[in-house]
Amino acid sequence: MDIFLQQLVNGLVQGSIYALVALGYTMVYGIMGLINFAHGEVVMIGTLVSITVAGTLIDAGMPVALAGLVGLVTAVLSCMALGWSLERVAYRPLRDAPRLTPLITAIGMSIVLQNLAMIVWGRNYLTFPAFLPKLSFEWAGAYFTLVQVLIVLVSALTMAALLFLVYRTKLGMAMRATAQNPAVASLMGVNINRVIAAAFVIGSALGAVAGVMVGSYYEIAHYQMGFMLGLKAFTAAVLGGIGNLAGAMAGGVLLGIIEALGAGYIGDLTGGFLGSHYQDIFAFVVLIGVLMFKPSGLFGEKTGERA
Amino acid sequence: MLEVTGLHVAYGGIQAVRSITFHVNQGETVALIGANGAGKSSTLKAIARVISAVGGDVHFCGQKIGHLAPHDIIRQGIALVPEGRGVFPRLTVADNLGMGAYIRDDTVNIAVDLEKVYSYFPRLKERAGQLAGTLSGGEQQMLAIGRALMSRPKLLLLDEPSMGLAPIMVQKIFEVVRAVAADGMTTLLIEQNARLALESSQRAYVMESGEISLNGESTALLHDPKVRAAYLGE
Repeated sequence: MDIFLQQLVNGLVQGSIYALVALGYTMVYGIMGLINFAHGEVVMIGTLVSITVAGTLIDAGMPVALAGLVGLVTAVLSCMALGWSLERVAYRPLRDAPRLTPLITAIGMSIVLQNLAMIVWGRNYLTFPAFLPKLSFEWAGAYFTLVQVLIVLVSALTMAALLFLVYRTKLGMAMRATAQNPAVASLMGVNINRVIAAAFVIGSALGAVAGVMVGSYYEIAHYQMGFMLGLKAFTAAVLGGIGNLAGAMAGGVLLGIIEALGAGYIGDLTGGFLGSHYQDIFAFVVLIGVLMFKPSGLFGEKTGERA
Repeated sequence: MLEVTGLHVAYGGIQAVRSITFHVNQGETVALIGANGAGKSSTLKAIARVISAVGGDVHFCGQKIGHLAPHDIIRQGIALVPEGRGVFPRLTVADNLGMGAYIRDDTVNIAVDLEKVYSYFPRLKERAGQLAGTLSGGEQQMLAIGRALMSRPKLLLLDEPSMGLAPIMVQKIFEVVRAVAADGMTTLLIEQNARLALESSQRAYVMESGEISLNGESTALLHDPKVRAAYLGE
């Protein structure tokens, strides 16, 4: 029982991160029907920027927590700029191209960003500075750290802010209208280019927050880390129903929990044949299962309703 | 108020509108009638900049508008009710109307106009909280017209408001179109139902294969033997 609770906690933490990244996929897909496969790399760049900025500031003698905060803010701003440029440079010229073209471009941009990161940050694993004191708590036999608590809290707050933006502001209403019928939204005076750019910028900001979380959770980062993280977050978005915000959040948390429980019990289930390092299996079993049995995802609308 | 001169629209090599010239005066309701494929809808879309014209000029209130971005047309005071209605299916009726007022910030007057739209279409008020996708076709047409009025336009462009609707619903929609016009709205109406269009307008242009073949007072056209034979089924 104690392993169950412990894995539930771990899964919730990992799932909050997936959820934030999945929102980036789902926002862009919801508005323009594009799966931005370079999103995982945006997250990775967020992690690496925060390492560099916070590391430099800590070396210069700034208090660790403050340096971490500055690192976070810089990462968010850099990723917003990166998301904006991606859309402007890579996707906008292909707005009227067949759907496959921007998809292949997205994969290309993912490779370009990975290689750029490799040139800037090198091929080695980088250590993420420990911003937070290593406090841990115990509750009903499960242990969790301050970092884990903060990850869940900050994710929840960020997602609440996003929901407020999308459902309570004029920009949010313009985004929802554009997702449903871009041509008519522009008749209403909505500048479609700006709404699409906003989706990229906001999604990238969420990705940067997730990137800093991943860094401070695992305390390690690498130029290829965005690939697997992106793929899993994409799985989470599909699980929840891609294009649907609540779906991305629920899908992310659910995937994190499935993965953690799977990793916790895979040894027992296979009589010790497979160990917890096979945890990646679960995300992809989920992806295949969703695509086979409920391609629209848990919260997804029937396809074809997207205008 | 609206001056269209030599407007020319083509899709690839296909000429949809061949150099047509017409105008709409302030306060008038003008109908553009003609068979399916005559180029009526392309004309309207080119004015609203949903598509780009190949040639010709469009002036509105003395200003050239042929180069504007589609999202700036409504800021000039032109609201298009698109063919097929184009409501936002997963927004509520009230939010759809709110999108109509997207360019406006005058909260107080928006509320006044909302009540006005509800008085034209009481059905919309009853369904304010419902998702627009759950409305019937006629109700969606009401919503599309109401939404266009929410921008407080100077010129209302209606693209086939009767399309796909039951006759009784068509009557209801046109009652409101006439009521809106009677309240002073300048309207350019495109309609395949020629009799209805001529009965609801002061002047009309008849389009045929991308060109204007006839024009004049609507009452005169209603009695024109050529129009009666070709468009009124007599």
